[in-house]
Amino acid sequence: MSLLEVRDLAVSYDGRRAVEGVSFTVEPGEVVAVVGESGSGKSTTAHAIIGLLPGNAAVESGRVLLGDADLATWSQRRLRTVRGARVGLVPQDPSTSLDPVKTVGAQIGEVLRLHGRRDRREVRARVLDLLARVGLPDPETRARQYPHELSGGMRQRVLIAIAIALGPSLIIADEPTSALDATVQRRILDLLDDLRAESGTAVLLVTHDLGVAAGRSDHLVVMKDGGIVEQGRTSEVLAAPRAEYTRRLLADAPALSARPFRDPPAADEPAVVVRDLVREFRVGRRPFRAVDGVSFEVARGTTHALVGESGSGKTTTARTVVRFARPTSGTVTVTGAPDGRGFRRHVQLVHQNPYGSLDPRQTVGEIVEEPLRNFGAGDRATRRARVADLVERVALPEDVLTRRPRELSGGQRQRVAIARALAAGPELLVLDEAVSALDVTVQAQILDLLDGLQRELGLTYLFISHDLAVVRQISHTVSVMNEGRIVETGTTRQVFTDPRHPYTRELLAAIPEPVR
Amino acid sequence: MVLLRVEVAAVTRYLLSRVGQAALVLWAAFTAGYLLLQLLPGDAILIKFQNPELGLSPGQIAEIRSYYAPGSPFLDYLRTLTGFLHGSFGYSIDTGTPVVERLGEALPETARLASAAFLLALVIAVVIAFAGSHSRTSWIRGALLSVPSLLVAVPAFWLGILLIQVFSFRLRLMPVIGGSELQQLVLPVLTLAVPVSAPIAQVLASSIDEVSTQPFVPVVAAKGASRWWILWRHVARNAVLPTMTVAGLTFGELVAGSVVTETVFGRNGIGRLTEQAVNAQDTPVLLAVVVLAAGAFVLVNLVVDLLFPVLDPRLRAAS
Amino acid sequence: MRRPKARGGPASRGRGVRRPKARGGPVLAWAVIAVTLLWALVPGLFTGHDPLAGVPAEKLQPPDWHHPFGTDAVGRDLFARVVHGSVHSLSGALVAVAVGLLAGTLLGLLAGSAGGVLDEAVMRVVDVLLSVPGLLLALTVIVLLGPGTVNAAVAVGVGSVAAFARLSRAEVVRVRRTEYVEAAFGSGGGFAAVLWRHVLPNSLGPVIALAALQFGVAILALSTLSFLGYGAEPPTPEWGLLISEGRNYLATSWWLTTLPGAVVVAVVLAAGRISRSVGRENGREGA
Repeated sequence: MSLLEVRDLAVSYDGRRAVEGVSFTVEPGEVVAVVGESGSGKSTTAHAIIGLLPGNAAVESGRVLLGDADLATWSQRRLRTVRGARVGLVPQDPSTSLDPVKTVGAQIGEVLRLHGRRDRREVRARVLDLLARVGLPDPETRARQYPHELSGGMRQRVLIAIAIALGPSLIIADEPTSALDATVQRRILDLLDDLRAESGTAVLLVTHDLGVAAGRSDHLVVMKDGGIVEQGRTSEVLAAPRAEYTRRLLADAPALSARPFRDPPAADEPAVVVRDLVREFRVGRRPFRAVDGVSFEVARGTTHALVGESGSGKTTTARTVVRFARPTSGTVTVTGAPDGRGFRRHVQLVHQNPYGSLDPRQTVGEIVEEPLRNFGAGDRATRRARVADLVERVALPEDVLTRRPRELSGGQRQRVAIARALAAGPELLVLDEAVSALDVTVQAQILDLLDGLQRELGLTYLFISHDLAVVRQISHTVSVMNEGRIVETGTTRQVFTDPRHPYTRELLAAIPEPVR
Repeated sequence: MVLLRVEVAAVTRYLLSRVGQAALVLWAAFTAGYLLLQLLPGDAILIKFQNPELGLSPGQIAEIRSYYAPGSPFLDYLRTLTGFLHGSFGYSIDTGTPVVERLGEALPETARLASAAFLLALVIAVVIAFAGSHSRTSWIRGALLSVPSLLVAVPAFWLGILLIQVFSFRLRLMPVIGGSELQQLVLPVLTLAVPVSAPIAQVLASSIDEVSTQPFVPVVAAKGASRWWILWRHVARNAVLPTMTVAGLTFGELVAGSVVTETVFGRNGIGRLTEQAVNAQDTPVLLAVVVLAAGAFVLVNLVVDLLFPVLDPRLRAAS
Repeated sequence: MRRPKARGGPASRGRGVRRPKARGGPVLAWAVIAVTLLWALVPGLFTGHDPLAGVPAEKLQPPDWHHPFGTDAVGRDLFARVVHGSVHSLSGALVAVAVGLLAGTLLGLLAGSAGGVLDEAVMRVVDVLLSVPGLLLALTVIVLLGPGTVNAAVAVGVGSVAAFARLSRAEVVRVRRTEYVEAAFGSGGGFAAVLWRHVLPNSLGPVIALAALQFGVAILALSTLSFLGYGAEPPTPEWGLLISEGRNYLATSWWLTTLPGAVVVAVVLAAGRISRSVGRENGREGA
């Protein structure tokens, strides 16, 4: 008998269907991955299994069979006996998933106490045991610490400890690593694998990342718009996808499609030269070096990627290049860029978050027009024409001009941000994680757009990213950053095929399989 | 060990800077109050002594005035300031008695009223916010959670009058005059507690609401916790912090409320004293009341600030 | 990378849906304010009685068809007095809000946009204002200026300066840190242009919500001052004064205090309701 069988599940939000006709099974000890983009209903499905839907959502029909009990018909009171004990949950974002005012030990002990382990000493011993089991050194200290004192990876280990505390037969892992750096992500996934191998717990892995799903699951369920598009053995689905949507996902996932490298054109004069850049921040009394002696060059008309994990100093470097931050020492030379306001015409920044970088009160037309107004480019009519031209260039329909950012999708907003950056007529575009917040299919479209613009307008890109697979696809040259320093620089081909530095090798190893 | 010493030094520095800031605010409040009340166009001494029945000549009035405020204005300011620092607030123009004496008579009465009212306000606020947030029936929830905004809109003096009307005249539960100490306290405490409880309840309810949407809440639910367990052990703990800030700020409301309450119920306290001082333009008394209230306010909010790191471990590192 | 829980995702989808209830807006609250405004502008439309001249034969009559709010000790129609009194309460509250809004918002804007020493100085001044309970501050201003309707209004306004200053500063500081403001500087905008085009429009929403709230608070505070005898002079039919006068007849004539008080509650409640809906509308804009 299957461990879990979901049959014809339908969930509504405020009466509107979000999930419909979803059926799949999880066998004991198996990893089933549910893959989909935002809004596909994958998280809703996972939460519906243990009856943890937000207040305005309800299971409309269908069965959730755990063993021979239909959880869909159970009351909340009865479900509480299952949650934590027979089904564990590993949530999405470790930074906000622990109660900030309670110690780590208390929060692990809580799940034990909730299910009847009252003896203080017994609970404490078990907590220390669990902390050690999820690979946290010095459990005694950890148990006394508060969540904010731990790193993201350590917090996710704590959450895993909570999920496995009572030896559940199923763990629901909802995007367990999407908020973590690639190397940490790999270690966490390895930990889940090990625990599964030890205890035979089944895992329902919900993820947007086809790469992660491909490398870690036995069975693959592909979801789109609240329904299942395709499912089957992971290896079979990947080898011969039947649904058109799965094929597109596979093609767009940068990690899974080995596109040819972009080799840099014959050496041109550099558009940007960064020399011995240092940037210090004061944290309390002692200075902290976010950027520590960084040097690199970007040839005109090419894309240079700064790649690294969080805290590597890549964003600080980018902000110094666009002069939103001053270097503590060292120089940044942008060839041909004047000083003062003229600099802003020459160099433009595109932020990571298209939700935050557009003024919610302006229309798209006003947003794109703003640089033109600031630089006094022509009268109203010529500015209008130019705005229409820019919007068309980033492949947005003309009717977005009168709309406001919140009426647009994430991909559309990022196109607006790019159009605004282009309005100034820049030669250098600094893209700070500009595609990281987007779904893969949208990401692929934006990357294509950037590629096309570069060819047409001869733009130079400084591309900041944590995602090696994306970097491999778009950049000509790469600098790998770690703890404020560049550990390796070279053409993309060199760095990816023949990495010299151990850190680069570790990063590359963290990319899910099929690439390399 | 070394780390510990560094921490102690940091905490001491934080404490000192907060106390210093509080002292600065108090001094500024005193100075501003002093300057403003010196600007007075009306003249309290004239009001009191120009009455022809007293038969004082202008010369005698000038003499009296120099008794109250001798020498240059700046010296007078310094004298008053040092007086305040030594706990001597000068003499009441109205009655001629030391201001300290008048404050001393009035303070216990108001302190009793205000502290009882504040406790009752906390109880009302917590009951409304928790019952409202916990209720799953949407109309009960809606009704309970809209109570605070109704309470905010009720004028305290009107509420007092209404209570007298209902409990003393209609139901005859409370004597209008006479009665035991406790009986005399019930209606004023209720009158004062209601406007103070409303903002606390509002912030507590909205903090509970906000904390409930945070991602750690479903994680606790996934451990198998009940709604009440989550609300009591996790959400409440987190919602206390913003509520404390507001509770500290309602202290001003408490002072203003006691002026009104004491007037309505004819109780002798700081509020009544303030009213008399305003009517008589008795500036030394008014200045003392203002500085006293500001001092108490600053002290209460200093305590709240210092309690924050105790309750929120994240702030321990920051401070 | 940081996919901060796909915002279009199912978990937030429900919250994005507008609840039909919130949609109509606070119709009742606006109606209450509109009626009170009409009372102030054209009192003759609502009552034929004279608010000042009484009919001694009809004194202390309970509410009936002819006198909906009853009559007072000298036989004046209480409803007429409430209707004619609205102009005092409303204009007083407007003056108070104007004083607080102008002075407070200017201080807050100055502190928030200039930053540095100026910010520090302004905020310390605000701390001092905040440390003195509002009513005591108002009483101090009244001792200074003397009693009267306008002075009471100014006094109440001074009491709200601190609240406006703190909020508008916090908003300016918040908006200044947003990426769209940085992007606006990046588009070549100068300090003044960015302040005018982005910072101001995005930070004023909550300030307007506070102004609506303070309108109600000011009506309360003004009636309190009148009740204590520092606002309007008798026989002005100011609301707080009406309640104060009714106190002498508590045992026999409940309507004299209860009904004017109920009107005050209704107006203050309506202002609060409008303030919340403005705040929510704004939250949606900013999200």
